Amino acid sequence: MSRQGIRGTDPKKISSELFTLTYGALVAQILKDYESDEEVNKQLDRMGYNIGLRLIEDYLARTTVGKCYDFRDTADKIQMAFKMYLGITPAITNWGPAGDEFSLIIDNNPLTEFVELPEKHGNLKYSNILVGVIRGALEMVQMEVAAWFVQDTLKGDNVTELRIKFVRRLEDAIPAGED
Amino acid sequence: MTITMADDVVFDLLHLEITSTIFRTTEKDEKETAVTKLENIGFCTGYRLVERLTKDWPRFKDELDTMKFMCKEFWSSVYKKQVDNLRTNHQGVYVLQDNRFRFLTQLSNSKQYLDVIPKYLAYTCGLIRGALANLGIMSVVTADVTNPPICKFQIQVQRL
Repeated sequence: MSRQGIRGTDPKKISSELFTLTYGALVAQILKDYESDEEVNKQLDRMGYNIGLRLIEDYLARTTVGKCYDFRDTADKIQMAFKMYLGITPAITNWGPAGDEFSLIIDNNPLTEFVELPEKHGNLKYSNILVGVIRGALEMVQMEVAAWFVQDTLKGDNVTELRIKFVRRLEDAIPAGED
Repeated sequence: MTITMADDVVFDLLHLEITSTIFRTTEKDEKETAVTKLENIGFCTGYRLVERLTKDWPRFKDELDTMKFMCKEFWSSVYKKQVDNLRTNHQGVYVLQDNRFRFLTQLSNSKQYLDVIPKYLAYTCGLIRGALANLGIMSVVTADVTNPPICKFQIQVQRL
């Protein structure tokens, strides 16, 4: 009864495939539910945003990072989060002249490991959930950013490039009805 | 190709978000549809995942052997623990009991949220059904929780 178990090899590798496959099944399901690719993109972004709001708590609790000094510091911490949660280290490049925007070059995007995009879904941003996650997580540390995909290997580009731009610092808001 | 590893937290949060999104975007009077959609997401995932998990395995001897695989390897790879108890009536009904079901441990260990729990089980029911379907066993899978986080999944094998 002693079979070669799969657990012995790499316990977390499976969880990555599980994650990738679950995400794929999700995208397939909401593609059925919505008429246009744009609506699906919006929905994925919103889901990511909700995840980001929670994920930042986990990130801050498990790492010892404090406040960011500047946007370059933020970029490094985002890179660290990718390493921690998806096991990849995207390169940080293409800084804007004002130092308020940069690109992440994502190699081996785990979300797209088994994916081929049908031609009729040319406008679908398959990994759009990542955009939402970054936006949501940074909002919880009082930073409003805009994020979007510039290039995507699923669409025939050589690399997957995610652009992140600093918009503004969010001030501590006074809860409604407490003025 | 480099081996990527996703963190468990990411999967847990994704599952939570999938569940709430599907329920939010489905019409109020169509809760059944929402459950079906979640079950379907689970089915597609399980169907493909088990193919990856069993690629280096010899063929299973019989149905019970397959179920043992589900309780040990499949469960471990998804939920990081084995099923605690497997029971069968030897007529096609199997009950898998997990005493600390991962999707419930963070949710509740009392009866406080019993009414919202079923929607967090639909994905897993589909996952089991999908995995079994790819291993040649057609089934109906239902879940039952009376004392969270203890969860029982009942598999009713469909014979032709």
